[in-house]
Amino acid sequence: MRLMGRDLVALLLFAGFAAVPLLANLLQDPFLLVIATRMLAFAIAAMGLDLVLGYGALVSFGHAAYLGIGAYAVTILMRLGVYDIGLHLLAGIAAAVVFAVGTGAVSLRTRGVYFIMITLAFSQMAYFFFVSFSALGGDDGASLPQRSTLFGHDLLENDLWLFWLALGLLIGLFLVCRAIVGSRFGRVLCGARENPQRMQAIGFVPFGYQLTAYVISGAITSIAGVLLANQAEFVSPALMNWHRSGELIVMVVLGGIGTLSGAIAGAVLALLLEETLAGFTQYWKLWFGLFLVGIVLFAPGGVQGLVARIKLQIGSRR
Amino acid sequence: MKRMSFVIAALLASTSISALPALAEGVKVGLMFTLSGPAAALGEQGRNGFQLAVAQMGGLGGMPAEVVVVDDEQKPDVAANKARELVERDNVDFVVGPIFSNILMAIHKPVTDAGKFLISPNAGTSNFAGADCNPNFFVTSYQNDQSHQVMGAYAQSQGFQNVFLMAPNYQAGKDSLNGFKRSYTGGVVAEVFTPLGQLDFSAELAQIAAYQPDAVFTFMPGGMGVNLVKQYRQAGLENIPFLSAFTVDESTLPGQKDAALGFLAGANWAPDIDVPESKAFVAAYEAAYGAVPGSYAMQAYDAAQLIDSALRKVGGDMSNADALRSALEAAEFKSLRGKFAFGNNHYPIQNFYLTQAIKRDDGKYQTSIVQTIFEDYQDTYAADCKMK
Amino acid sequence: MTNLFLLQLLNGAQLGVLLFLIAAGLTLIFGIMDFINLAHGVLYMVGAYVMASFAMLTGSFWLALGLTVPAMLICGLLLEFTVFRALYARSHLDQVLATFGLVLVISEGVKILWGSAPLTVPMPDLLSGSVGLIGPLKYPVYRLAILVVGLASALGLYVLITQTRIGMLLRAGASNREMVSALGVNVGRLFAMVFAFGAMLAGFAGAIVAPILSVDTGMGESVLILAFVVIVIGGIGSIRGAFMGALLVGVVDTMGRSFGPIVLRMIMEPAAAGQLGRTLAPMLVYILMAAILFARPAGLFGRRAE
Repeated sequence: MRLMGRDLVALLLFAGFAAVPLLANLLQDPFLLVIATRMLAFAIAAMGLDLVLGYGALVSFGHAAYLGIGAYAVTILMRLGVYDIGLHLLAGIAAAVVFAVGTGAVSLRTRGVYFIMITLAFSQMAYFFFVSFSALGGDDGASLPQRSTLFGHDLLENDLWLFWLALGLLIGLFLVCRAIVGSRFGRVLCGARENPQRMQAIGFVPFGYQLTAYVISGAITSIAGVLLANQAEFVSPALMNWHRSGELIVMVVLGGIGTLSGAIAGAVLALLLEETLAGFTQYWKLWFGLFLVGIVLFAPGGVQGLVARIKLQIGSRR
Repeated sequence: MKRMSFVIAALLASTSISALPALAEGVKVGLMFTLSGPAAALGEQGRNGFQLAVAQMGGLGGMPAEVVVVDDEQKPDVAANKARELVERDNVDFVVGPIFSNILMAIHKPVTDAGKFLISPNAGTSNFAGADCNPNFFVTSYQNDQSHQVMGAYAQSQGFQNVFLMAPNYQAGKDSLNGFKRSYTGGVVAEVFTPLGQLDFSAELAQIAAYQPDAVFTFMPGGMGVNLVKQYRQAGLENIPFLSAFTVDESTLPGQKDAALGFLAGANWAPDIDVPESKAFVAAYEAAYGAVPGSYAMQAYDAAQLIDSALRKVGGDMSNADALRSALEAAEFKSLRGKFAFGNNHYPIQNFYLTQAIKRDDGKYQTSIVQTIFEDYQDTYAADCKMK
Repeated sequence: MTNLFLLQLLNGAQLGVLLFLIAAGLTLIFGIMDFINLAHGVLYMVGAYVMASFAMLTGSFWLALGLTVPAMLICGLLLEFTVFRALYARSHLDQVLATFGLVLVISEGVKILWGSAPLTVPMPDLLSGSVGLIGPLKYPVYRLAILVVGLASALGLYVLITQTRIGMLLRAGASNREMVSALGVNVGRLFAMVFAFGAMLAGFAGAIVAPILSVDTGMGESVLILAFVVIVIGGIGSIRGAFMGALLVGVVDTMGRSFGPIVLRMIMEPAAAGQLGRTLAPMLVYILMAAILFARPAGLFGRRAE
C-alpha cells in the first residue's frame, strides 16, 4: 500500500517535469528547461545515492566522485574523437564500476562514521587527481567542444532534446531501482541494514550485497555526471568537491531516505529553493541553511515524513 | 548556426520559444565578477569601477543602462551556468567579466556562441589572444603574460642569476611563469606551483630560505598575495628582492600594509599615473567607495567607456552586430591609462610600468610608478590570430 | 638539504598542533556524544573573526586574545543550547544535515557581519620577527610560539583527562554513556561543557592563526576536512589519537608538498617528477588515511569498530 503511495509521488513528479516545456513556452522563459535538466540530473544522482544510503544505511560522503567520473568520461572520449552519448554513458558506467569495486571493497571493511570518512577520502583523492591533471584543464576544467551526439545527430544541442533524454533516463532508472529494491537482493540489503548479525546467521554475507549495491549506486550517479557535462558543456573538478557530496546527501534526506521518489523530490526541492532564494537575496545560503536546520529540528524524515505525519493526523481525525 | 534535420525542426516548432525582441530604448549589461571568497576584493573593485562609470556617464551610449551583477564565486562550473543564464534568460547585450582566467575559459563559449559580446576587464588568456581569438571577444586589460614579462625584463636588467619562481597551479599561474621567462634568460633555481587558494606558504618560504636566490618572482592574486607577503616578511626574507604581478596592488595592500612597502610589481597603470582623467577617476572612486582603486577598477571603468563609445558611434542601434563590432574595435574613448588601442586580436596595445608599494601621507597604501618598461606593447600571441 | 628538512619538520609540527586544537574538540564531541559536527570548522573561522574585531577595537593582540577565548566559550554554550542539544538523540544523517545547514548559516552570517574581504590581525611586537636557526635559516618567532602553545595545550588536555575527575567522567562517557548517566552524573551538563570547551579550543586556534593567515570566509572548510581526517586516523574519541593523527597529518602534508617532487626527481625526469609530485602531494593525506583505515578500521587508537 505504501509502495503505491510512493509510486504516485514519482508519477506526479514525472508529470510535473513533462509539463516544463509547455510552461517554458507559456512563460517565454527558455531557461526553465535548463534548470529542469539540472534538476533531472541531480535527481538521478540522488536516487543512486539513496540506494546505498536509504536501503543499505551506508552513508557515502563521496558520491560526487561519480558525478565527476561520468563527466570526465565525456571529456576524455570527446578528446579521442568519440562523440556518441551511448558510448559516453557506457564509458562513464564502466569507469564508475571499476572505481566503486576498488574503493567499495576497502570502505565496506569499516562501519558508521569511519565509512563516511573513508568514502570522503576516496572522493578527495579522485578530486585532487583531476585537479592536478593539467591535460584536462586541471583545476580550471575545460569547455566541451560540443554536446554528445545521439545516433550521429547533434540533436542534444537543443536544450529540449537534452531535457527529454534526461527525463527518459530518470524514469528508466527509477524503474530499474524500483525493481532492484523490490527484489530478493533488495530485501537482503534492507535486512543487512536492520540487523547484520541476523542476516549472517541465516546464511547471507552482507558484504557482497552491500558492495553490489554500492557499485550500482556509483554507476547510476555517473550517468548523472554524463548529463551534467552535456548540460553545462563544461567539466571541472568542482563537480566532485566534497560540498557536492554533502549536497547530494541533503537532497536525499530532504526528500526522505529509502523511498527513491523522495530522493527525486529532494533534488527538485533543493534546486528549486536555491533558484528562488537566490532570486530574493545574495545571502540565499543563509536561508537555505536555516531551512535545513529547521527541517531536522521540526520535520524529521524530510518532506515525505511531513506528508506522512499530516496524513496520519487527517487519518486519526476521521 | 547549428545544423538540424527537418523532422526535428518540425517537432520543435510546436514548442519553439521565440525570444522577445530587445527593447530599443535601453542597453542591458551583465557583470560577472568574483564577489565572494578570498578574492572577493578584486571583483568588488571591478564591479565598482564599472558602476561608477555608468553613474558618471548617466547610462551607456546616451541610453539608460540596466546592469545585472552576478557572482561567479570563483568557480568555473558555477560561472558557466550563470553566463548561460545571463545570455539566455536575462537576454543581456554585453557580458563584462570576469576577474579570473579559469572563469573566462568557462564563460567564453556560452556567451560568444549566443552571439553576444564578451568584454573581459581583467582576464586575458593566451589562447583567446592567439589561435582561438573571437570576433565577439574584447579585452580591456592586457594579455596575461605581459605584466610578468615586465618583471622578467626588470630581473634581466638587474642581472639576477638565480630566481625562485612561484605561482598557483592553474592556467594564469602557468602563463605568468612563462611570461616571466620569455624576457628573463638567467637561471631559475626552482619553479613551484601551489594549489590555488593556498594560504599558508610556510613550506615554500622554507625552500626560498634554503635556496637563498637573487630574487623571488611570484603571481598570487587576492588573499593568497596578502598572506604570502605578510609571511614573507615574518620569515625574515625581506633582503631577497620580491618581484610580483597582481600580488602587491590596491586590492591586496589594505591587508598587507607595511609588510609590502618597497615590493616591486609590473602593471599597466597605477593610481598616480600622469593622466588627468585618471586623477579624476581615482578621486571619484575614493570618494564613492572609501578605498584606493586598483587596475581591476580602472579596467572595468574603461570597459564601460568602451561600450559607451561604441554605442554612441552606432547611434544606439545594436541590431547590426558587425557595425557594433567595428565601433568597439575603434575604441574611441579616453582611456584612464592614456594611450590605448586594440590589436587585431582585440587585446590592447599599451604601456607597461614597474611599480612600487608606497604609503601615502593620509595613511593609505597604493602602488606608484617607478619607471616605464615597455611602450606601446602588444602581446606575442597576436600573430597567431587570424582576425585582421 | 638537512636544514630544509628541519625547517619543514617544524612547519609540519606547527600545522599539526593547530590541527590538534581543532581536532581535540571534534573528537571529544564525536566520541562522547556520538555526534557528527560539520560546523566545527566554522567555529575556528568565527574565532578568527571575533579575534580580528577585538583586535581592531582594543588595539592590543593580548587583550583581544583574552576576550576571544571566553567569547568563544559563550558562543559554544549558546549554540549547544539552541541547536545541538536537540540533535544528540538523532541519527548521524540528521546531524550531518543540520550541521551542514549550520555551516551555511554561520558562513553567510559572517559574510553579512564582516563583509567578504579578508581581514587581518596585526602581529604582537613581542612575537614578530624571526630567529636564526642554523646557518642562513630563520624561523618566525610567532610560528614557534604557536608550536609551544599547541604543545602546552595538548599537555594540559592530557593532564585534564587522565588526572582529574572531569577527565574520568569524559573517559567513562566515551566508552559507556548510559553507565555514566546511570551513575547519577548530569549528562546534559557534561555534554554542554564538552561542547563549549571544544568550541573554545577551535576558536582559540582560529584566533592564534589570524596574524599569519588572513581571516576569510573559506578558512573553516579546508581545516574541517583535515580535522576529520585527523580524528579518523587517530581513532574517534581518543585525545592521544587526535594528537598523533594531527602531527602525522601536519608533517606528511608539509613534507609531501616540498619533498615529493625532490624525491621523485631521483627516479624520473624533472618535468614528469614535478607533474607527478603536484598530483600526489594533495592526495597524500587521504592516501595515508585510507591505508590506515584499511589496516585498522577503527583508526590508530580507536577502541572498537562498532
